Amino acid sequence: MRLTCPVCGERDRREFTYSGAAVALERPGAEAMPEAWDDYLHNRDNPAGVTRDLWYHEQGCAAWIVVTRNTITHEVLGATLASEAARAGGGR
Amino acid sequence: MRIEGKGLIERGTPVSFTFDGARYQGYEGDTLASALLANGVRMVGRSFKYHRPRGVMTAGSEEPNALVTIGLGAAQEPNLRATTVEVREGLWARSQNRWPTLGYDLLALNDLAAPFLGAGFYYKTFMWPRRFWERVYEPIIRRAAGLGALSGAPDEDRYERAFAHCDLLVIGAGPTGLMAALGAAKAGADVILADEDTTPGGRLLAETIEVDGVAGAIWAKEMVAELAAMPNVRVMTRTAITGAYDQGTYAALETRPYAMARRPGATVGTFWRLVARRTVLAAGALERPIAFANNDRPGVMMAGAVRAYVNRWGVAPGGSVVVFGNNDSAHRTAADLLEAGVHVAALVDSRHYATCDLDLPFYPGAEVCGTQGRRALESVTIRSARGEVRIRADCLAVSGGWNPSMHLACHMTARPVWNADLLAFLPPDGAVPGMVAAGAAAGEFSTRACLAAGLRAGQEVARDLGFKTGDLAVPMAEDAPYDIFPLWQVPGRGRAWLDFQNDVTVKDVEQAALENFRSVEHMKRYTTQGMAPDQGKNSNVAALAVLADATGRGIPETGTTTFRPPYVPVPIAAMGAGASGKGFAPERHTTSHAETEQRGAPMIEAGLWYRPSYFSRPGETHWRQSCDREVNMVRHAVGVCDVSTLGKIDIQGPDAGAFLDFVYTSMMSTLAVGRVRYGLMLREDGHVMDDGTSARLAENHYLITTTTAAAGQVMRHLEFVHQALRPDLDVRLASVTETWAQFAVAGPKSRALLNGLLDAPVDDARFPYMACGTVHIGGISARLFRISFSGEHAYEIAVPARYGAALFTELVSRAEAMEGGAYGMEALNVLRIEKGFITHAEIHGRTTAFDIGMQRMISAKKDCIGKAAAARPGLVDEAREQLVALKPVGAVKEILAGAHLFNAGDPATRDHDQGYVTSACYSPTLGHVIGLGFLKAGRARMGERVRMVDHLRGSDTLCEVIEPVQFDPDGGRLRG
Amino acid sequence: MVDLKSQTPCAGRVPLRVGPLSLTEDTPEHMTAIAPYIGQDQALSDALKSAHGMAAPGTGRMTGKSGARALWFGQRMILLIGPEPEAGLAEFAALSDQSDGWAVLRLEGAGARDVLARLTPLDLRPAQFRRGHTARSDCAHMAASITRLGDEAYQIMVFRSMAATLVHEVKIAMGRVVAQK
Repeated sequence: MRLTCPVCGERDRREFTYSGAAVALERPGAEAMPEAWDDYLHNRDNPAGVTRDLWYHEQGCAAWIVVTRNTITHEVLGATLASEAARAGGGR
Repeated sequence: MRIEGKGLIERGTPVSFTFDGARYQGYEGDTLASALLANGVRMVGRSFKYHRPRGVMTAGSEEPNALVTIGLGAAQEPNLRATTVEVREGLWARSQNRWPTLGYDLLALNDLAAPFLGAGFYYKTFMWPRRFWERVYEPIIRRAAGLGALSGAPDEDRYERAFAHCDLLVIGAGPTGLMAALGAAKAGADVILADEDTTPGGRLLAETIEVDGVAGAIWAKEMVAELAAMPNVRVMTRTAITGAYDQGTYAALETRPYAMARRPGATVGTFWRLVARRTVLAAGALERPIAFANNDRPGVMMAGAVRAYVNRWGVAPGGSVVVFGNNDSAHRTAADLLEAGVHVAALVDSRHYATCDLDLPFYPGAEVCGTQGRRALESVTIRSARGEVRIRADCLAVSGGWNPSMHLACHMTARPVWNADLLAFLPPDGAVPGMVAAGAAAGEFSTRACLAAGLRAGQEVARDLGFKTGDLAVPMAEDAPYDIFPLWQVPGRGRAWLDFQNDVTVKDVEQAALENFRSVEHMKRYTTQGMAPDQGKNSNVAALAVLADATGRGIPETGTTTFRPPYVPVPIAAMGAGASGKGFAPERHTTSHAETEQRGAPMIEAGLWYRPSYFSRPGETHWRQSCDREVNMVRHAVGVCDVSTLGKIDIQGPDAGAFLDFVYTSMMSTLAVGRVRYGLMLREDGHVMDDGTSARLAENHYLITTTTAAAGQVMRHLEFVHQALRPDLDVRLASVTETWAQFAVAGPKSRALLNGLLDAPVDDARFPYMACGTVHIGGISARLFRISFSGEHAYEIAVPARYGAALFTELVSRAEAMEGGAYGMEALNVLRIEKGFITHAEIHGRTTAFDIGMQRMISAKKDCIGKAAAARPGLVDEAREQLVALKPVGAVKEILAGAHLFNAGDPATRDHDQGYVTSACYSPTLGHVIGLGFLKAGRARMGERVRMVDHLRGSDTLCEVIEPVQFDPDGGRLRG
Repeated sequence: MVDLKSQTPCAGRVPLRVGPLSLTEDTPEHMTAIAPYIGQDQALSDALKSAHGMAAPGTGRMTGKSGARALWFGQRMILLIGPEPEAGLAEFAALSDQSDGWAVLRLEGAGARDVLARLTPLDLRPAQFRRGHTARSDCAHMAASITRLGDEAYQIMVFRSMAATLVHEVKIAMGRVVAQK
């Protein structure tokens, strides 16, 4: 498997560390209701198809990236910097 | 027998080898199979289940019968295909799956019992009594079944791994692959041309076909030379592409010629990870057998393989050959045999319309319906409209048509597609992104069509990748059409084999259908059809046809099982290449490593780091003696410990304080410059991630520490929080763990020791508890932190790592002069347990700040990671397991980490569980054993007695629950 | 006064020679991680240029010349190798001393690329990874910085603590490449 780091370009999967759904970008505010925290912390979709998840280019440039990929075809559809996704309004 | 004047072998280089104890001669360029056939050895193995005599059937890696073991001892390699083993001087091979000898095999009795051993036999027979399965049936079956065996000793043969990248990977170096490589390479693309054979050329090596007016083998050799001379082409022979994976990644197994593999430092093979932007699958096609009675005798071979033995190796596989087929491949074999001077006893063509102008007995519209012979083929029965005739023959060449080698195209779940004209499955389009099949692998069977398809594919890929292609001519070659008439099985008495390797017959497949295993997947599992090392390469299509017939469906409706990696068997040693020793886990050494080893300290692993366990001194015979001494040393004099392994992270920038406030539970932005504060980091789910210190070195510069174990995790977490949650904060992170060698200097004499070393002494006024600042040692700038993990007056001193080794030696020798010395992890652990300080034994991932009694460290004045979750009722419930210490109060004085706690009167069962022990040691300071652990509502249970039970180690200790901080609870020693 | 002797990360392990291949250690006097603050990239590059003679390198590139180089070292991070950083740079970027944190090795000679191909999944094809190109990647399971210095010359950097493992792994790979030629 290969992922395209927005900084470094296409790299082998072994340079990256997987870290779950991109939901982690949507941190609730301090006053959020417990339900919002449950969704943020624990509730995850398990899509058969397009999914967005977070990877850390740990053996590379140290960028956190959001990878869009298809769990059925294994196609990697794109990757953006988590910092840009966060500035643009989180995981959505 | 050798045929004079034929073949590509080196007749000037004879080699002698041994098979089953007998010595034979072959030539360089021979495979073990060709050399054995040249020596008239026809029986080379026994079949898997029935132990039937078997001979060489094919001339390639798909060989199902001729499996042999090479070598002796640890490096012995079983289940190698004799058709791919290169003969060399001194080669030592033996047959498999027979006992005591190949000629006389006791388990050949299985063959007589065959009526009972059909499909499903094991499932139906070994059902009861149940307990017999493990004790009786399984051991017997395991011994009876199976092929070659490993020696059981560690293998000294080494594989290696490597990576390579290209624009185009061409799989197979036959006419298609050579032209594909040429087309793309001429345009400027980086090309890897891989072929599993020792010599590129594919079928051109096995045929008498001419290309552009020269012999095919010569044309191929010249083409390879041209390609190899191009800087953008890498020709990889002996390299089988074994799997297709995501994003253009392919696995490949390269095996090394024996002589090269024996050079010092060399490996026997390389397991490659190839990355290709595009791939041309030019893997050719494999000829398939026809099922007729007793079609498995030694001497029955594939027609194309017979041609290969005649043309490439100059070997006549028999003295009198019958050729049988349903397509023109049979005619070509007959023609080549005649041309080589080998007697052809009959050409049998099942096509009634077939014609033949060769000078031999020709049987159109006829079939071979049986064979005879004891250990090998002696005669063949031919059935035609005129009845049955028996013809003497020691070789029967069979062609049931050709199956494109589309396996790799199916490695990403796609299923092959049936083509009714070719009577074959073809690779599905786009099944592996970036891959196109061309030539015989795509069902184009003439040489000219393959050359054209290869060139077209190579040039199209090049253009697609942005290269400019020029004009290249397709070489001239035969362009005969492919004509085939369906023939899968010939009815008759006796068993007709489909899967030679797993001993699956037509009857087994029909039996499966009869028992309603009608789905191809069910049939496969019930009969084991296609599950042998050849993975059905020879047998799958015919088996499907039989199943289709038995279930009254067509082949496309019946469908096929798919193919998975690896394409050819891959030794586990190759897949795991590079992953032993340091390649499995790099070793991290501190700057004091050499000195520590010299002092004889045993090392323990902490993550990837190596740290000293204890420093044994003369007269000490048990680690506890050393450990107790080291603890006392720190409590009464001074100890030195390398703490460089703790993570150190520079946090800089205008928002550094705000950032730390967000990742730590406590307020770090209010810390004064020159001061250190203990901090707790939570995960967002409210559990403790790590603890450590923050030192404020300057207004916008903090240095934080992490535990050794969590350094990587914390760095990853901080980068996540910064990049993904707070990119607005202007803060920069950099790991400086390795820049500094840092040593704990702990004990009442620690200041005195340091003051003997520092250019300017420190005192308590300038360096109170939790102070930090710059000091100098011999003019070298160092950092000093007044922090303590032992509960003693202590410092940590950090110098640039280049001075680490020297400073450690200096500190230890000075400590020794003060009745102190170096201490290791054992003593460090005891010192901190006495103080109730936590490590990852306690903050193990499911404990909260509340559980460890630090809930007050979560600042109410600000948000931080984990704060919301940590406040949820379930995580602050008084009934939760809370940190306590334990001491034994009964006759048993043992506390074991990992043991569980129970109320004194309760049985030690899971439903009465009250908690568990996380850390334990003997405390020389307190004079008794002490443990740390978590106990339900523990903080309210001080003085209570509980049972500590360890069922695994058989320990049951009555303990008193005591406060976690047992030594110097007021902290007077560490502040003083 | 105490005189602490200094030691290089690979002391006693290199230089190594196997056939045409050599592995040697570089010991630059200073190495400094430079991470520009928000919006300061250009200002930092200008300051670097006037202070040390080279602009900030782009992603995957190296600037400067032997003795004073600036190496791209990760997302928003540059490693200044050689000179002591001018204090003024701290106005535009966070400076972290890394002088002693990394083992710096130089692998050189015919087959150097084949040696590296046994250790890292990086695409090392000469046209893709040219002289002056640099990458952060995996090298025998270690986080590494790999830079192409010449035709068959590469710089490999790993954490100082892993120097022994790196030398060990490179030495084995050198032996294989030479033996299998």
